[in-house]
Amino acid sequence: MEMEAAMGLMRRMPPKHTETALSALLSLLPHHSSDLLSQVDQPLQVLRDIESGKEFILCEYNRDADSYRSPWSNKYHPLLEDGALPSVELRKLEVEANDIFAIYRDQYYEGGISSVYMWEDDNEGFVGCFLIKKDGSKTGQGRRGYLQEGAWDAIHVIEVGPEEEGTAHYRLTSTVMLSLTTDNESSGTFSLSGSIRRQMDMNLSVAEGHLCNMGRMIEEMESKLRNSLDQVYFGKTKEMVCTLRPPSEVVMRLPDS
Amino acid sequence: MADVEEAELSEKQKKEIAKWFFLNSPAGEIQYVAKDVKAILDNEELYNESASESFPLYNKSHMICLEMPGRMGDVLITSFGELNENEFLDPRTAQVATVDHIKQVCTKVRPAMDEELPSSYIEEFRCALDAELLKYVGEAYPKGVCSVYCTNGKDVEGPGFDFELAVVISAARLSPQNFCNGSWRSVWNIEFKDDDQMLELRGKLQVGAHYFEEGNVQLDAKHECRDSTVFQSPDDCAITIASIIRHHETEYLASLEASYSNLPDTTFKDLRRKLPVTRTQFPWHNTLQFSLTRDITKELGIGK
Repeated sequence: MEMEAAMGLMRRMPPKHTETALSALLSLLPHHSSDLLSQVDQPLQVLRDIESGKEFILCEYNRDADSYRSPWSNKYHPLLEDGALPSVELRKLEVEANDIFAIYRDQYYEGGISSVYMWEDDNEGFVGCFLIKKDGSKTGQGRRGYLQEGAWDAIHVIEVGPEEEGTAHYRLTSTVMLSLTTDNESSGTFSLSGSIRRQMDMNLSVAEGHLCNMGRMIEEMESKLRNSLDQVYFGKTKEMVCTLRPPSEVVMRLPDS
Repeated sequence: MADVEEAELSEKQKKEIAKWFFLNSPAGEIQYVAKDVKAILDNEELYNESASESFPLYNKSHMICLEMPGRMGDVLITSFGELNENEFLDPRTAQVATVDHIKQVCTKVRPAMDEELPSSYIEEFRCALDAELLKYVGEAYPKGVCSVYCTNGKDVEGPGFDFELAVVISAARLSPQNFCNGSWRSVWNIEFKDDDQMLELRGKLQVGAHYFEEGNVQLDAKHECRDSTVFQSPDDCAITIASIIRHHETEYLASLEASYSNLPDTTFKDLRRKLPVTRTQFPWHNTLQFSLTRDITKELGIGK
């Protein structure tokens, strides 16, 4: 009942205030904190790896106690002696995934930060979490410089089932959170923010390897999500504006005074 | 990551949090938010206190429109028409509406007393502008409601003194069955400056939209503009002011549309491109090539 109400509020509060709304809920419902943290997606946080100097993304999947494991050095920050680590074999796949996903990220995002985490799950398969964070503002990595503020956070969690007769089951759950603001003298502040989550299930041959399959699914999903946000979600808010004030009138110029 | 281990909150803190949720409700959604807040607080008294403090603020900032009993028409809930916490003046009908903020209904009306209304000199300007504005709003906003208030100098009896009018336009479209709500709010302050025979206009426009089918996406747009014109007769002032407002609001709508049409290819591209820089899908099947390149760059020491 309380969780239902909490999730109801999250569907209504402005997405750009997600962090404030979540911490408000956590303080009102401390007994539901683990449910809230796992069900409410929030903007991704970043730390810098002390060994490589590269930034990595924090999430529930690379957290142990109050430390977060870097995919670059495989070390916990702050240092944690007995922090959970993936098996040697899975760590190999994780390293490869991080390298390749960084190239993918660069081609689509022209910047940004990415991290991939993998861990064994209970039913002989494994789970991979692919994260991307991009600051597209003009003071960040926005190449075209249109955005006063612009954030994109993508979370892809992909569960890979055990291999059977050369195929495996993949379940991808993806969330994108974004906010963008343009600001100028003539048109004022224009701000869109939102979050959507979708799921995709596939049975695929593992002949080309798990990474190939996971990558393709994520690429397809990201394109779908970007398209839905752009066409459907932003489109619906535009429709609303045009319902409130239909754009039929021609701009009437006032005589120069 | 949020700090989970917080100390037990005081009643006052809980109330402040509840109010934050109320006041951040999108257009037309405060009743739904109230239901959820009530379930989460699980404390009738605390809920009632936070609701009774929040609803009046929300109703005024959203400039909601309520139907007056007895076919008197609609009244806008705005700070300009606020006589006391529950009484709001409708300048057009010269009626005072008593409002139940939490139920968002108007419970009764009474005729305004003389001292609650502007002088007949001011009324000439106010009425003329109201009539022009009704025409404009009727044409431009299918669900628009407008009102003109005197915000300063309402007792001025004739020329020689400054006074101020405020124009409010509020249009809301609530379609929760289609997961979509939105509102347009304009407030125009018009200073009638007797000394230099000028009118100074300041407009604040605000548009919000919420679409929430399997997601939560919100538009929040704001714009401020200024203009001025010469002091004329009440009728001429009204025509000029209405046309200035029409001009700015039409231009603003056009700039909103431009912001939307710039999204796919410019604005959005700075977050994520539709296609990779290479303009072809990512070669996942051939990622070995990247590993090789990586090894080579590593060997040659030319890595980033």
